[in-house]
Amino acid sequence: MARLRKIRVLVAKPGLDGHDRGAKVIVRALRDAGMEAIYTGLRQTPEQIVQAALQEDVDAIGVSILSGAHNYVMPRIMELVQENKMDDVLVFMGGIVPDQDISNLKNIGVKGVFLPGSSLDEIVNFVKNNIREDA
Amino acid sequence: MKDEKTAVLNGAEEITERKRWESETHDPSLKKMPERNTPFTTVSGMPIRNLYTPADVSEIDFTNDIGWPGEYPYTRGIHPTMYRSKLWTMRQFTGFGTAAQTNERLRYLVANGGTGLSIAFHLPTLMGHDSDHPNSRGEVGKCGVTIDSLQDMETLFQGIPLDHVTTSMTTNAPAAVLLSMYRAAAEKQGCNAHDLSGTIQNDILKEYLAQKTYIYPPRPSMRLIVNTFQYCAKEMPRWNSISISGYHIREAGSTAVQELAFTLYDGIEYVRWALEAGMDVDDFAPRLSFFFNAHNDLFEEAAKYRAARKIWARVMKERFHAKNQRSWLLRFHTQTAGCSLTAQQPYNNVVRVTIQALAAVLGGTQSLHTNSLDETLALPTEEAVTISLRTQQIIAHESGVANTVDPLAGSYFVERLTRDMEEGCYAYFDKLDSMGGMVNAIERGYPQKEIADASYEYSRACERNDKVIVGVNQFTTEHEKSPDTLYIDESIEREQIARVQELRRTRDQDAVLRALDRVRDAARGTENMMGPIYDAVRVYATLGEICDAMRDVFGEYREPEIV
Repeated sequence: MARLRKIRVLVAKPGLDGHDRGAKVIVRALRDAGMEAIYTGLRQTPEQIVQAALQEDVDAIGVSILSGAHNYVMPRIMELVQENKMDDVLVFMGGIVPDQDISNLKNIGVKGVFLPGSSLDEIVNFVKNNIREDA
Repeated sequence: MKDEKTAVLNGAEEITERKRWESETHDPSLKKMPERNTPFTTVSGMPIRNLYTPADVSEIDFTNDIGWPGEYPYTRGIHPTMYRSKLWTMRQFTGFGTAAQTNERLRYLVANGGTGLSIAFHLPTLMGHDSDHPNSRGEVGKCGVTIDSLQDMETLFQGIPLDHVTTSMTTNAPAAVLLSMYRAAAEKQGCNAHDLSGTIQNDILKEYLAQKTYIYPPRPSMRLIVNTFQYCAKEMPRWNSISISGYHIREAGSTAVQELAFTLYDGIEYVRWALEAGMDVDDFAPRLSFFFNAHNDLFEEAAKYRAARKIWARVMKERFHAKNQRSWLLRFHTQTAGCSLTAQQPYNNVVRVTIQALAAVLGGTQSLHTNSLDETLALPTEEAVTISLRTQQIIAHESGVANTVDPLAGSYFVERLTRDMEEGCYAYFDKLDSMGGMVNAIERGYPQKEIADASYEYSRACERNDKVIVGVNQFTTEHEKSPDTLYIDESIEREQIARVQELRRTRDQDAVLRALDRVRDAARGTENMMGPIYDAVRVYATLGEICDAMRDVFGEYREPEIV
């Protein structure tokens, strides 16, 4: 069945990091691709992010972290996603992530980890291809 | 025989000559060999002509616009002798993990010929939180060195005599606190505050514009900055009380002209606020310094630095009527563009950094940080840092570019670009003036929106392949070997939390509480904040506690949403 509504994505910026160039570019790229993209603004806690995702009834959460705090922030977000039974919500992230941290992020359910140099098209297509059609 | 003057074509003759050249020589050739199918623009998207000639610089006057190095308007450099007397300071930005770890890296750089220190603090310090604050979780020591108290500052500079080095500290919202810690640590070594030389970034306006490590709203933040101007003028006369920074504006995606215009206009805003607080312009203007980005476009960047010096000299002399010639000088630090580095084929970054560093040197920088090849992936390893320092040393000692002052002057192309930069910059000045200054413009979100638009346009141009990024959208390779990178593990967080909590148990708690009350009282009134902050630092009040005392009075800033 074809989707009845646009894909909705929450672009989130947790932690103390203020480097929001990437997050803002992603918001615009998702919008240009016909999705609804909501930006949380800076310095959101995992709790605030998951709360916003629930309220906005999004299909995906994209998290931008350049500060190295992903080993704390992402497990916490995934915990809250599960607690809130948001199993159908796609979680992906972008930022500076050392190779040795990637497999753990994938293991806890982060579906995509986009490193520096990822293209906008790659990210947009990833979201389109990984959102469940019946959601 | 023509004499030298008539040998230079006048404007009308030149235009006729250009038409002739085009029809006789250029156009027939173009038919056989069309131009490559690519937009000929600078990195910032500024269109570039196929050829520059005297007609492009006909309005530029040698004496008034270019002139002599060390003389107004300083287009050619702030010193008459430039690098023939003294090379730029090779200042590598350093900081990770604990104070003890960074201390080791600082000593390594000094031992290898680094000539100035530059400290990167971790995000909790930049945001005014101690390492055991809930918001610091996962962040401790990751992006810079962990400094919670004077105790950590003492460790950071152990074995480095602070009256013999110059130190730059990249800190903005809590700059007053870290400057006080630096002074206190130096005094514990036996140094006199009057002999300390260095810089605090202390540029809060560009935090609202670009980097976003603000704590308080703009108005109390501006007061803190004016307080440091007043304090340094009196107590630390060799200290640069601010480094007005375009670096982060550019990293956030601005064009070169926007970087130039917003940075210099931030400078104008600081001068205005200091004057309103009753300072004499010549008492603080000589200690204002600047910080620019160096991107890949060699000529655009060199033109930007040349224009910057000229515009600032004019602003200080004509707009603010500064009398002291030192007030007219735009002294600046440069860092190569982090945003230009690629994760793909990271060794190519060494070449990018070389071009960028060359631009900074051709543009007459006073100090320079060269990025390391692995910095899109992590904080740099010691090996990567060494290559980037050696890059500067090769430019300085092998390339020959430091042999003469302002080697690009007189190039039709560079002089034209310099003028275009200037014109673009003044157009932004007019807009910002009409909005009532930078604080008002920030509150309306104007510069933030301009930067976000430029950033998105650049990303799209790269995606369209209008801009070739080697190794990313062309000349890609399948299997790449990544360099080994520095890994900051989570044990540093536990270690540091234990350290700051132990400090709180062992210091004189009553003295700390009294000192923090004084900070709060001062914040409520109008006195200079520096005295009470310094007193609090000396009794080992932590950075988080001092910043919280000011939060109680000033509140926290929330930015308007601009995507």
